[in-house]
This record gives sequence, C-alpha cells and structure tokens, in this order.
Amino acid sequence: MTLKTFKIGGIHPPENKITEDRAVQSCPLPKQAVVLLAQHIGAPAEIQVKVGDEVKVGTLVGKAPGLISANIHSPVSGKVKKIDTRTDASGYPKTAILIDVVGDDWDPEVGEAGQYEWNKRPLKTDIQATGDEIRAALAAAGVVGMGGAAFPTNVKYMVPPGKTAEYLIINGVECEPYLTADHRLMVELPDEVLVGTEILRRALGVEKAIIGIEANKPDALRIMAERVKSYPNIQVQGLVVKYPQGAEKQLVKALTGREVPSGMLPLDVGCVVNNVGTAQAAYLAVQYKRPFVDRILTVTGTSVKNPGNYLVRLGTPISQVIELAGGLPEDAGKIILGGPMMGKAVSTTDTPVGKGTSGILILNKAQAKRPAVEPCIRCSKCVTVCPMGLEPYLLSEMAKQNRFEEAEARGLMDCVECGSCSFTCPSHRDLVDWLRYGKARVLANRRKGK
Amino acid sequence: MSTGMIVSLSPHVRTKASISMVMGMVIVAMIPAILAGLWAFGLSGALVMAVTTGVCVLTEWFITVYMLKQPSRINDGSAIVTGLLLGMNIPASTPIWQVIAGSIFAIGLGKMAFGGLGHNPFNPALVGRAFMLTSFPADMTTWPAPGAARWSILQTGGVDAVAGPTALGMVAEAQGLPDGLSGVAGMPTHWELFLGSIPGSIGEVSALAILAGGLFLLVRKIISWESPVFFLGGLALFTGVFWIVDPVRYADPLYHILAGGAMLGAWFMVTDMVSSPMTPRGRMIFAGTAGLLTGAIRLFGAFPEGTSYAILIMNAFVPIIDRYVRPKKFGQKKKEASRG
Amino acid sequence: MITVYAVLTLGGLAVLFAVLLFVVSKRFHVTEDPRKVEVEAMLPGINCGACGFPGCPGMAAALVKGADDGDISHLVCPPGGASTMEAIGSYFGLTVGQATPMVAVLRCNGSCDNAPAKSTYDGPTSCAVAHSLYAGESGCPFGCLGDGDCEVACEFDALHMNPVTGLPEVDEEKCTACNKCVIACPRNLFELRPIGKKSRRVFVACRSTEKGVVSKSHCQVSCIACTKCAQVCPVDAIPIVNNLAYIDPVKCIACGKCVPVCPTGAILATFPVKPLAPKVSADAATE
Repeated sequence: MTLKTFKIGGIHPPENKITEDRAVQSCPLPKQAVVLLAQHIGAPAEIQVKVGDEVKVGTLVGKAPGLISANIHSPVSGKVKKIDTRTDASGYPKTAILIDVVGDDWDPEVGEAGQYEWNKRPLKTDIQATGDEIRAALAAAGVVGMGGAAFPTNVKYMVPPGKTAEYLIINGVECEPYLTADHRLMVELPDEVLVGTEILRRALGVEKAIIGIEANKPDALRIMAERVKSYPNIQVQGLVVKYPQGAEKQLVKALTGREVPSGMLPLDVGCVVNNVGTAQAAYLAVQYKRPFVDRILTVTGTSVKNPGNYLVRLGTPISQVIELAGGLPEDAGKIILGGPMMGKAVSTTDTPVGKGTSGILILNKAQAKRPAVEPCIRCSKCVTVCPMGLEPYLLSEMAKQNRFEEAEARGLMDCVECGSCSFTCPSHRDLVDWLRYGKARVLANRRKGK
Repeated sequence: MSTGMIVSLSPHVRTKASISMVMGMVIVAMIPAILAGLWAFGLSGALVMAVTTGVCVLTEWFITVYMLKQPSRINDGSAIVTGLLLGMNIPASTPIWQVIAGSIFAIGLGKMAFGGLGHNPFNPALVGRAFMLTSFPADMTTWPAPGAARWSILQTGGVDAVAGPTALGMVAEAQGLPDGLSGVAGMPTHWELFLGSIPGSIGEVSALAILAGGLFLLVRKIISWESPVFFLGGLALFTGVFWIVDPVRYADPLYHILAGGAMLGAWFMVTDMVSSPMTPRGRMIFAGTAGLLTGAIRLFGAFPEGTSYAILIMNAFVPIIDRYVRPKKFGQKKKEASRG
Repeated sequence: MITVYAVLTLGGLAVLFAVLLFVVSKRFHVTEDPRKVEVEAMLPGINCGACGFPGCPGMAAALVKGADDGDISHLVCPPGGASTMEAIGSYFGLTVGQATPMVAVLRCNGSCDNAPAKSTYDGPTSCAVAHSLYAGESGCPFGCLGDGDCEVACEFDALHMNPVTGLPEVDEEKCTACNKCVIACPRNLFELRPIGKKSRRVFVACRSTEKGVVSKSHCQVSCIACTKCAQVCPVDAIPIVNNLAYIDPVKCIACGKCVPVCPTGAILATFPVKPLAPKVSADAATE
C-alpha cells in the first residue's frame, strides 16, 4: 500500500526497537500493589475503601468525582494495608492505596474476565451494546487513553452539540523509539483490537474507522491488514516512519489530510483519536465487563539483560518489572517511564505502574548524561523539524526572559513538547525545558485572569 | 555530587551532530575551492590562506581566554571557517600585514564584539573583507593571473609582476564603451570562468569547485536550497533584464553568475547560518534581494564586484525579516468545515 | 572669503537650532507638581513596588495626594526605612506611618548535608524548571532546590547562594523586604518577617506538611510536628497545622525556649540560645 505521512517537520531518531520480536509475557503479581488515585487527566478519584477492607480484582477502590475523571479498580485481591503517598510520574508524592496481595480472586461483578488467561480469551465479536451503553461501560471500567495522556475515554465519545464526528482514528503508530507494546498487541491480539475499534466506532456513530500503523512494523501491518478484511468499516493505513507520527494532530493530518487548527481538538475537524491499547481495553470493558487493571508495557534499554514486553497489573512497583527483565543494570543512569522522546525520568523505582505507563526505558550512564549546552548558531534546524511549524529557538528564549505574552502570540501554546527540536539541535540547547516552563507560566497567568 | 539516577526533562536522546561537526562539513565542502585556488595561485595563495586561518583562530582564542576570561571555544571550528572564507575572498597578492589586520578585524569586530559565536549579525569574513577593501583599495584590487603566479612568490618582483584585470573588471569597462563587450580585449569565455583560469580572489576562480562543495553541503542538509538559488536567481534577473535590453553593452546573466564572487557568495557566504534568516521564506527574501543588489552594484555602482556589500547590507535586515516572516504553521488554514 | 561664509552659515544654523530647541522645550513643557519632584528625590529611587505603588514616582504622587488630604500615615516606604519616612514627614509637617522593619527569611534548612541528594538533576539552572520536573534531589517536595532563582531576582545584592550548603543566605543589612524573592521562589520558602528587636528572630526552618516519618527520611532537620515547641512556648505563638509548626512573628517574643527542645533542630534563631539544663537521672540523685 502507499504510505501516508504529515508534511511539516519531523525527525528520524534511531528506532532501537530491540524488543519488537519478543512475545508478551505475564508479569507475576506483586506482593503489595500501590494503587494511585490519580492515573488520568482530571480530578483524582475519591477513595472508596479504608484500611483493613478486603478487596478482589475489579473492586471499585476509587470513584470518579465528576466527568473529567476516571474510576480506579483494585488490580489485585487482598487486604488494604495503608493509605499512603508514593511518588508517581509527576515527580511528586501522590495518594496511593497499598494493598497486600492474597491470591488472585476476581470480583464476580466484573463478569467472566477473571476466568481466562489473557491470550486464551474467547473472541466475542457480537456487539449488542448501544452507543450510550458503550460509554457507560467505558466509564464504569475506568478506561482511559493508553497512549500516555490518559484522558477518560468515555468523555471523548460524548460529541457535544454543534460538532460532528466523521472518522474514528486508531493510533497503532508507536513512533517513540524503543517502545513495542502496541506493536506486540497488534501482532498477538489483532482481533481484540479490531472488535474494540468496532465498538468505539459504534459509540462515536461514524461510518469509517482508520487504523494507522507505521511501516517499521511490517508483521503488525500485514496481520492487521489481513484481519481487517472481515470488518468492512475499518481500514488499515500504513504510515511513513517519521517522529512524531503518533502525535494526534500529525496522525489526523496524515490519515485525513485535515489540520487541527491552533487551540482546537481533533473533533473540530471531525476526528476522534485513540490508541490501539485503548481499543482493546474498550473491547474488554464492553464484551467482558472487565475493568482496566492491567496493561502491556515494554521494558527496554541496551544495558537491560532481558528486555521484553510484559503484561503487568497496574500498581506493580516498577522495581519488580525491572527485576523480571534481569534487574537494574550496574551502569544504569536514568530510568524513564515511557519512551526516550517524551517519557518522564524518575528518581526512584518505588513508583508503581499506572494506566499511562507504556514502557520502562533504562539508559546507561553514558546515554543518560546530557551533552553540554552551547551557543545557538542559528542553523534553523529546530524550525525545520518542528511538526507544528513553530520557532523553538525564539519561543524558548522568550520564555527564558519571561516574555510570556509575546511567546504566546508567536504560537507557544501550540507546542506539543514532542522533543524534535531539542533532539536535532547541534548545540544541544535545552529548548523543551524552557518551552515547557513558558507554557506553564502562560497557563498560570490565564488562571489568574491576566 | 552525582548520586542515584539522573532526572531531566525529555527528550532523553540527542542527535550525534554537534557544532564542530557542522563546521567540519563546511570545511570539507570548501576543500575543492581551496585546492583550485592553491593550484591557481600556488605558494602565495597558500601563505595568504594560512595567515588568515591562523590569525583568525589566534585572535578568537586570545579574546576569549585573556580578555573575556572564558574557556576557549576554538575547538568548535567556527574561527577556522571564518579564516578560510576570508582567505578565499582576497587576492593572493595581498601584502601579509594587510591580511593580518583584516583577519584581526574580521574576528575581533565582526564576531567577538557582538558576543562570539552565534551573536554576530554580519558575516565576519565579509566584515573583514569590507574593512580591507575600504582601507587598502589598491592592493585589494590587484589580481594576480593564475598559473603565472603559482611560483611567483619565489621570483624577484613577487606576485605583483603578473597582475591582470578580472572578468568583472572587463565587464564594467565594457559598459562604458560604445562597442560594448566586443571593445574589450581578452575577455574570458564562459568555460574559462567555470573551470577557473582567470584572475580573481583565491577562492572564487573555479565555479566548478565551488559548485561541488555547495552541492555537498546541500545534500548533507547543512545549507538549504533557498539561499543559493535565490541569490543567483536575483542576480540573474537583474543582469538579465539589462542584457535583454542591450546585449551589446551588458554581459549575459550566466556570465555574471560565473564571474567574480557570485558563486562563492551564493554557496558559502549567503548561506552562513549565523547571519541569515531562520525561515525558508525569509531566506528567499534575504538571498533574492542580495542577488538583486549585487547586480545593481555591479552594473551601476562604483565597484565592479558587489557580492560582499550586497550580503552585508542584507545581513542588517535579517532581524526584521525574522520578526515578520514566520514559518508555515500547522493548522493555519481555515478549519475544514465539519458539517453541522 | 569662503571661510567667512562657512563660519556665518554654520554659526547661523547653530543659533537657529538653539532657538528652535528653546521654543520647543517651553511650548511642550510638562508641568508637574514641584512637590512631587522633591518628594521623589527623597525616596530611594529603586522602584521596587514594596509600597504598593508603581515605582517611586507613583509613591511620590500618592504622598502628595495624601498630604493634600491631610493624612500620610498609611503610606510607608519599607526600603527607605525610618530615615526616609522622617524626612518626608518633616517635609509635609505630618506624622508618618510606623513600618515594622521586615526582612526576608528562608524557611528551609535542607542543606546538602541535612538533605543529601538521592538523585541528580540535569537541566537548566533554574528552580522554576526543576520544580516542575520533580520533588528535587533530596526527595523533599517542599525543600530548597538550590538553583538560585531568588539570587537572580534580588536587586539589592542581599541574597547569595552558599556553595557549601546549597542554600541562599539573606544579608540582613542589604535586604529591603521588597518581596521579589518571595515571588521568585517556586516553593514559597521565603517569608517577610519582622527583623525583631536587636535582630532577634526565631522561626521554623521547614515548610514540609508531610508526616514526620516521611519528611525526616528526606531531611534530618525537618519539622516532625512533635508539638514540644508549642508546649514550651510561654506566649502560645506556635500553632501546629498539617504536620508543620509555625511561629507567629507577631506573638513571638524571641525568648528562644523552643529552639533547644526541638528534637530535629528545625527551629532556628538568629541569636545564641541557652541550651536545656542537663537532666539529672534518678540514680544520680540518690547518691
């Protein structure tokens, strides 16, 4: 098939997909699960349990207090030991429920999900649920976007009056180097992804769904293109390998040719975008009433002894997942949750796996140290590679000098923090650091009503 | 005090490129032109190039370490590039003391006075050349003939003994004659200009060698195509209009492109990153106008060659070009009508 | 002859321009209340905004207006201090407000020794950027990050980062309590507190609301809210809220009794404090 792509900017970082051929393995249950109450965009969930409570897998332990929030379910069975704080990907301690794990009993209310191994579930292709029922099931199961941003999925499928949806776009791109979780999901559970896509398509009420897959996953492309023939309303489209193809605005542009205007959402050009993992989670939520309690993530890095893709229960401390991959290497310098371009570096391995953790990347000391910052030589490479068509050299300098209104007028808030500029800069300037600072200050000023 | 894990903001991987790599590529691209210049002008050319490069590097090192008390930056290679470019822009017969003065001025005032690498609004090599042209007009417009000058440094009389007019000098002279171009004896042909056997600055004689280097930089994505194409295009447009009107007195645009410093200017001077705009459209405006100005100075100005001044003038406009010309932004089109 | 013409022409031009400039300066002159100019000259001229007005000209205008209304007691220039206010008071012949001299106080003692680094921050030297990234090298989410945003913000040369402790130090003499460091610190560690009689001040050098066990794991001198200080305070100046003790600067009489009873050493005083009397053991008493 002809490959599509987006036009403005983009880079080609080394792919390093060292785990692309490793089949998914289950990670053993932790001894103690650390369930964070804020694993999504929006308000943290409200605690529903207290110390000493017995819980089963799927018991509601955190309830969404409003629309922009998500339910949290216990990923393990056992007893609530403590309500404590743990450092999460934000770098700050957040409220978490500590559960001592006993066995693996599933709450009967969550259906037959607990009976089957993840790779032996019978496929349920018959979709009975209506759009409203699907949205309710997504909300009940606490399904959030699994591409990293963790936006509550049911909210995305509530199309406000005045807006129309035309396309459902499923993101099978995984443009971050090193990460292969979505890749393996498509290779090993393609039908669950496809039925999930059908479910989401029905919830959105559109005729067409397109699954975008980057060409560096030829086996996934082939398998999905083959299986999709049974689903007349879904199309698989190959994409040129270019970062950040998986960013939703660039994906919408490549697949439909439409550009989401500044400050607006994909829905404003008739599209809704979700990750392949979210599509599978939707399938499980609707067909099996299975709540969001586990996910596939990639543990990788050139120094890691046993890199691979693991199915991990949420709440498992990352130290345990790293143990499964051969333990923390001697020369480990940086631990990143996510990929190398947009992932968050963490200072401790106590951090638990959350709904948005797509990977654990370990860089060794040589790879981890940033090169020294040198003067800007005005080579304009940052301008050339910015996928949003911005001027990073200028915006970061304005942010550094606290000239936030000027930076905002020049397009600072359109920055998606993809990191292409910092990656390309021959002077190794810390562009994204200052862009992010500038964006935070603009938002803070907006809240103050300036 | 490094303990535990390193925590920093994304991205956590960086390109392998660096400033020294970029400068290294530019130096590699200049090698064909330098070799052509050394072949044409021999030891005197080599001496001038060595002095410009050496003095530029020394000046930058001295100012950075002793006057500004900062760690030396000469490893990034930018002073070497300036030195080589300056050498390529001046005649091989320039007295060495003038060469030293020009090099110190180029780096000292053209670059360090503004804050060092990345801060200079003007192309430092051209600043040096402009200083030398204004201060030493006679020596800077005496052009040794290639070949004959090769070993002339060892002969009595030195390289002055074999001076000659440049192609552009002849073109300027032709404008004033009633017979026009045919009234001037010994004008080089297009081929001679392309291959490089005519008098001129050390680096500008062989358009072929310059083109080879320029294409190398283009392929390696060190420079972008807008600057050289629009510069030569602007020059061709301006001279072309006059040539169409009066082909007897005015040389054709291709001649103008091949003669003088236009090729060197197009591929190495107008593409200098620090002093050119940051957007493709900005570079088109900058280089195109510089090309037009070059043509204007050549045809109507007091000098037969206008590249240096044209580029310097446009350097002054780069900040305002960058202020008003923006790159193509994502999502600028009116949003697609989403029916309803 | 040419010389004469040249001299006449240039001389004539010079006279013409001089007249033009004179006429313009008179015609477009901006009349200002002369009192405002004189009062402004008495103010420090640093435009810090601590008075609440836009710079010293703003304050001068407010003083003149206040004088016309007959009352300037509500207007105070903290950096100018008592001497400036007295001069202004005698200029108008009105009583001036009494400002309590204030000074910036850093409510954190998480030095490199007290709060050792458990990770390494790699990024721009900016507290604001580091704060948005994570809790910090010591792990304490409330502690000083040590990158010197406050030092940059201070315009009076009163803040300097100590390279050994990694903490900023306030020079009491130079600090004008202009509030810029308070705004600059992303962790709100600075507080403007009264300088105190003879510069005697006592304060809790901690802002952590984490439970004692947790905050102590990050920093040896953190407040663990054991309440010993509140119990020993003779004027009840130490409320303990959210696992953190706070010494009320208005009530505090700087007796220093709370300093030695603090088990972690979280309370600092700017003057030497009497240590607790050594406890006599029951066995010793019977000997």
